[in-house]
Amino acid sequence: MTERRDFRNDKNRLWRIVLIALSFLFIVAMLVLPLAQVLHGALERGFPPFLKAVSDPYAVIALKLTLLITAMTVVLNTFFGISAAWAITRFEFRGKGFLITLIDLPFAVSPVIAGLVFIMTFGRLGWAYPFLQDWGIRIVFAIPGMVLATIFVTFPFVGRELIPVLTARGTDEEEAAILMGAGFFRTFWKVTFPHMRWALLYGVILCTARAMGEFGAVSVVSGHLRGKTNTLPLHIEILFKEYHTLQSFGAATILVCAAILILIARNVVESVSKKDDFHRARQGV
Amino acid sequence: MSEVAEVLEAPLARGAGRAKRTKKRVIPGFGITMGITMSFVGIIVLVPMLSMALESRALGFGGFWRTIVDARTLNACKVSFFASFVGALVNGFGGLMLAWVIVRYRFPFRRFIDGLIELPFALPTAVAGISLTVLTTDKGWIGKPLFELLGVRVAYTQLGIILAITFVTIPFVVRSVQPVLEQLSPDFEEAGMILGASDFAVFFKIILPEILPALLTGFSLAFARGLGEYGSVIFIAGNIPFKTEIAPLVIMSKLEQFNYDQATAIALVMLAASFAIMFVVNRLQVRSATYAGEK
Repeated sequence: MTERRDFRNDKNRLWRIVLIALSFLFIVAMLVLPLAQVLHGALERGFPPFLKAVSDPYAVIALKLTLLITAMTVVLNTFFGISAAWAITRFEFRGKGFLITLIDLPFAVSPVIAGLVFIMTFGRLGWAYPFLQDWGIRIVFAIPGMVLATIFVTFPFVGRELIPVLTARGTDEEEAAILMGAGFFRTFWKVTFPHMRWALLYGVILCTARAMGEFGAVSVVSGHLRGKTNTLPLHIEILFKEYHTLQSFGAATILVCAAILILIARNVVESVSKKDDFHRARQGV
Repeated sequence: MSEVAEVLEAPLARGAGRAKRTKKRVIPGFGITMGITMSFVGIIVLVPMLSMALESRALGFGGFWRTIVDARTLNACKVSFFASFVGALVNGFGGLMLAWVIVRYRFPFRRFIDGLIELPFALPTAVAGISLTVLTTDKGWIGKPLFELLGVRVAYTQLGIILAITFVTIPFVVRSVQPVLEQLSPDFEEAGMILGASDFAVFFKIILPEILPALLTGFSLAFARGLGEYGSVIFIAGNIPFKTEIAPLVIMSKLEQFNYDQATAIALVMLAASFAIMFVVNRLQVRSATYAGEK
């Protein structure tokens, strides 16, 4: 890190103090206080009620469901993201721009609408409903629908991170590997993967965060069956609306801890990948 | 490739020209990766979105129009647009300030602030919603002094909606502006200062034009996200019809009444608005890419 030249800073000392103070105020009021409020709300009456709230059977079931949906979403989305990034950056084909737009689309869609589209497809009014009925498959108001809706809202997260990295790398190294006789998987693991691993991890972290906390989309397709299709965020909503504020904040603490872990992981990955790039650049790799 | 497709892909596939040189496909895996990609896009995005659009036919044009111009719906849309716009505006200023402070100054806890910016992305919106609500009621840490000193209520008013939307969209402007500010060469500023420009002139004539596309991108992304935001808003809004009801909530309540057609009609209008915003963002990114050249 290079030291800033004093030239620009000396003149602006007053500005500097005012802006830093305002930034601290903004960060404390907007980000630190809400976090503190959750912990305060959960521990207001000491540890025992908090532990009771966290170990409540419905909360535990909700947590398990959230973990299950998050895991399925992240695995499927990573699989899709890698495939899409490979297809888009390694080949030329017609309609590529359109395909990228379709992948980006869920960014712009309200979570409520994300849930709604699956209701209109697989729900009772949807065209797919009779077929599903014949096969005895439930999608809407069941776990498959919740996974689909969560994949929808996290759709671009992994691919978006990979595509710029793979584009910037070009295809020369893969071509060389293939021409020298390496197979597809070997080329992928030995040549492509080392370049994209940080971007991949970054995308996976973002995807995990969003999947874990998704509320609107899941709320539309879940049907709110307590103990069955209630994820942790939905459980928190029900408790809060029933004025069980303490239990609600207790359950929220679990998600706050997860969010803080995700935030730390994100920052570690970012700084490590920067160092990694720096290292590579110095070595001329 | 058509011009439209090129414009659309430009922000993502900068430097794609490199791959174009390849005349013969050496790299394997086109069939399988393309197959997987298309299946996912089909099942997750294309088919559901088209199904929804087709379902709204049932309503007919008249019914569609009546749903949209219904006073309660219109009011909710107005509240949504207004709150998202103000939220994005607050973030435009606040985010620019944060990005500036993080990039330009060195001070204790700078890394901490930098690392905390993504909190609204990591924190589930429902948690943010209940926390902000309790904070801003008349008895809350923020709400109590505001109400007692200024007589301002935040929770269960439009101010609360704006607050929630501002919270969820904090990272957009900061993270759009930050990289541009980091790469800005100090030479121009120094030249300006040596030639006798005031601080304001340096900022408005030299720095602002450089970061403006990124600032507008961040603003638009925040605006789009705010329009669709549901989880954090419903707790703090109080959801009083004609006052603090947002458009996604109207969709939700139509769904709860099994009014699927009307829910779809409102959803389509909101989709059109979001796509318009995303189109603007895309143009901005293309512009900033042409100005900044290869990153």
